[in-house]
Amino acid sequence: MTISVAMTVNGKAVSGKVEARTLLVQFLREHLGMTGTHVGCDTSQCGACVVDVDGKSVKSCTMLAVQAEGAKVITIEGLAESADKLHPMQEAFRENHALQCGFCTPGMVMSAIDMVKRHNYQLDEATVRRELEGNLCRCTGYHNIVKAILAAAPAMKSAGV
Amino acid sequence: MTAETGIGARVKRKEDQRFLTGTGRYVDDLPLARATYAYFLRSPHAHAKIKSIDVSAAKSMPGVVEIFTGKDIADAKVGGLICGWVVKDKHGEPHKSPPHPVMALDTVRYVGDTVAMVVANSHDEAKDAAEAIHVDYDVKPANVDLARAFDKGVPEVHAAEAPGNLIYDWEIGVKADVEAAFAKAAHVTKMDIVNNRLIPNAMEPRAAAAEYDKGTGNYTLWSTSQNPHVLRLILSAFVLGIPEHKLRVIAPDVGGGFGSKIFCYNEETMVCWASSRVGRPIKWTAERAESFMTDAHGRDHVTHAELALDKDHKFLALKVETIANMGAYLSTFSTAVPTYLYATLLAGQYTTPLIYANVKAALTHTAPVDAYRGAGRPEATFVIETIVSKAAAELKVDTAELRRKNFIPTEAFPYQTPVALQYDSGNYPPIIDEAIKIADYKGFEGRRAEAKSRGKLRGIGFSSYIEACGLGPSRVIGQLGGGVGQWESAQIKFNPTGNVQVLTGAHSHGQSHETTFAQLVSDKLGIPIETVEVVHGDTATTPFGMGSYGSRSLAVGGSAIMKAADKIIAKGKKIAAHLMEASVADVVFENGNFKVAGTDKNVPLGAAVFAAYVPHNYPLEELEPGMDENAFYDPSNFVYPAGTQICEVEIDPDTGVVEVVNHTAVDDFGNIINPMVVEGQVHGGIVQGVGQALLENAVYDKETGQLLSGSYMDYTMPRADDVPSFKLGNKITPCPHNPLGVKGCGEAGAIAAPAAVMNAVHDALAPLGVTHVPMPATPLSVWQTIQGAQRKAAE
Repeated sequence: MTISVAMTVNGKAVSGKVEARTLLVQFLREHLGMTGTHVGCDTSQCGACVVDVDGKSVKSCTMLAVQAEGAKVITIEGLAESADKLHPMQEAFRENHALQCGFCTPGMVMSAIDMVKRHNYQLDEATVRRELEGNLCRCTGYHNIVKAILAAAPAMKSAGV
Repeated sequence: MTAETGIGARVKRKEDQRFLTGTGRYVDDLPLARATYAYFLRSPHAHAKIKSIDVSAAKSMPGVVEIFTGKDIADAKVGGLICGWVVKDKHGEPHKSPPHPVMALDTVRYVGDTVAMVVANSHDEAKDAAEAIHVDYDVKPANVDLARAFDKGVPEVHAAEAPGNLIYDWEIGVKADVEAAFAKAAHVTKMDIVNNRLIPNAMEPRAAAAEYDKGTGNYTLWSTSQNPHVLRLILSAFVLGIPEHKLRVIAPDVGGGFGSKIFCYNEETMVCWASSRVGRPIKWTAERAESFMTDAHGRDHVTHAELALDKDHKFLALKVETIANMGAYLSTFSTAVPTYLYATLLAGQYTTPLIYANVKAALTHTAPVDAYRGAGRPEATFVIETIVSKAAAELKVDTAELRRKNFIPTEAFPYQTPVALQYDSGNYPPIIDEAIKIADYKGFEGRRAEAKSRGKLRGIGFSSYIEACGLGPSRVIGQLGGGVGQWESAQIKFNPTGNVQVLTGAHSHGQSHETTFAQLVSDKLGIPIETVEVVHGDTATTPFGMGSYGSRSLAVGGSAIMKAADKIIAKGKKIAAHLMEASVADVVFENGNFKVAGTDKNVPLGAAVFAAYVPHNYPLEELEPGMDENAFYDPSNFVYPAGTQICEVEIDPDTGVVEVVNHTAVDDFGNIINPMVVEGQVHGGIVQGVGQALLENAVYDKETGQLLSGSYMDYTMPRADDVPSFKLGNKITPCPHNPLGVKGCGEAGAIAAPAAVMNAVHDALAPLGVTHVPMPATPLSVWQTIQGAQRKAAE
């Protein structure tokens, strides 16, 4: 049995027919072909699938697609204004070499943006490290991810995003 | 131009744009029309006979296209998976080689062993159907305990082919000479250690997709591989029999490997094989639980070591006995890891004149064990660096001084060790000096006292590692039993408009080749880095290459690129000489221009390239058109990066929690192409090493053989708040035998860190009388050790 679902993803209205058990991440990847959001585990630990749902940071492997009915979803594909103008967090990741294989990166960037906003653009290293508990990276040793987030916080503030 | 983007510059990465915008293309991202999805049914038992498999109910489940079992594979005469490195035991006999079927036929040998493959219209349908397959197992006793593997009566994994679970009993060095040295020793330090088993956990799970073209008979296999050509070679020559030219293997963006994606696995083999039978593309991506169960695991040694010192504290001899776990089947390079990548490294940075090592490789009812970041070298470094620190503690001498006293002197290079390797270059004292300076070793006792005032136990630990990487000289690899050459390939292909594709046989799964290799070419040929595109990972477009592992991409692959660039310059000189009506001998190449010395005559490289493709004014009688050069580079030796890490920990004696409060790494990687990238490699390596020391442990239940650490809920991955920011330094001794003077940086962090951390833990707990904490030093383990020491002290 399929269920109709409709939502807004990165500002665009989308809809589809899904099984009741279809996860939001499956809907994004398999139905919409938006493969920027990744699946790195099956226990909601790794954070590669983090997206923004109605202003809240969500692991999209832990939410059914039908639960996002009517929601505004933002994914990694929806962050940059244009190919030339990345979101300050994306830019900070590039500037600080905060990614290597790139697999955890979409979830890292989405979580980091949420973190900065929740802390009102003011973060210190200990807070960033603690707040990253829901995101695993095996390549960078986190050193440069922490640097990037600390650099992005003021940049996001001045850019007003 | 080149100063900002050339060799030595911190060039921002070309690959980042796509990874940051969600437009990378990993295997699971591929849109394949009419795709089917595979799901593998796996053994829930560590050891069982398969009495029967009934797929009839599963076949009628919704969406099911096909189900394959081991019998189908056997009937189709698919070969078994191979072990590509023949290690000869101490009697000169090749190692035992039990069969490694692609799918279990009548016996399963570890939890996760492959039993059936379901192909359906969706992943969920395939998984549902797998649940409906009925397998009748006759469960047998299993052994997952490495230390007991050779005991009498222990269940055998392959009783017929490897009696007593012994794969080989191998040795290096002369035992009698070492024993004689021990007899003369003023002091002997002894140690029993377990190098804990790890699960690599690249963040992208393994995945495979395959498509068969009925018209041409060509197969395309997309795989999360670190070495697509080698994978194709194995599948073609040994397993599937598909001719190499009819099989294209593509490893697109790959989300980390750390060794675990070198090997040829069951699932990609099955997906490729089944694609022609199903007649539609097949996709498979491991769930994380499958990665835990079936990715090749790493490390897993039980070792006894002894170090003999004379009265002046010079090392006289080292004796090492190791049992290494192979798991239930021999993975692709498993046999080489605890021998030629381990025992040959046991000299470390020291002049120890006599070394004897005996390694016994054992089968257990566990997942196969193979190379994981460092592969043998972290195990060797852990043995050497913990026993040296233990000796220093026993002799009550400074741990840095004991190291310094025994370092190979700088003037002794090239240095022949007693365990086969000849170190090409090195200069160790300045490295440890720099590390001591950065870590403020002198101020440590003050910090220890301050920590004590807060109720914390603070300790400091050193680890001075050596590694042999940049695999490797093919002739040597062959002498040691390796089944392949270890050169690397490159092709520099100019287009008529002057931009260039650099095709490499190396593979990037996080290492930044698209940037660093472009830097090499931009620098060498004097062309803008924006015009250089690095292409890798596709057997149809790149020259045959050996792939990336063992920190070889730059030292071997980068050298091949430099050779190809030399050929471009040599050809360009001939073209330019013709255009300038000069003698080739008078033409020089500088900053992207061919010039005639002492004149203002000048031909930019781009003009020579254009002339080569539009050869209207061109020496066609002597020179072929086109500007497209190939090179293969086979190194004359391994490269030998070295360094010292210093770790400082604080331990809360009430909880046993170990906090890494400072971690310094000073490395000699030879010349550095992109310091930003190199630092990133070191950071990541250190955290994998800290993970081994404090957090990670693959545990099988000794009664049932179940994998207890089978998810991120049970296997502790290092998280951001488990580590501090790191302090790095570097010293440069260029490699004397490759054109770039480079060594390798990919594994160093993981090689050195475990010993540095554990030595710090031991130093912190020494006041309590503790001399040994097993890895990982979890809060429970540390707390129990402290309690034990306190009870002992009270007695």
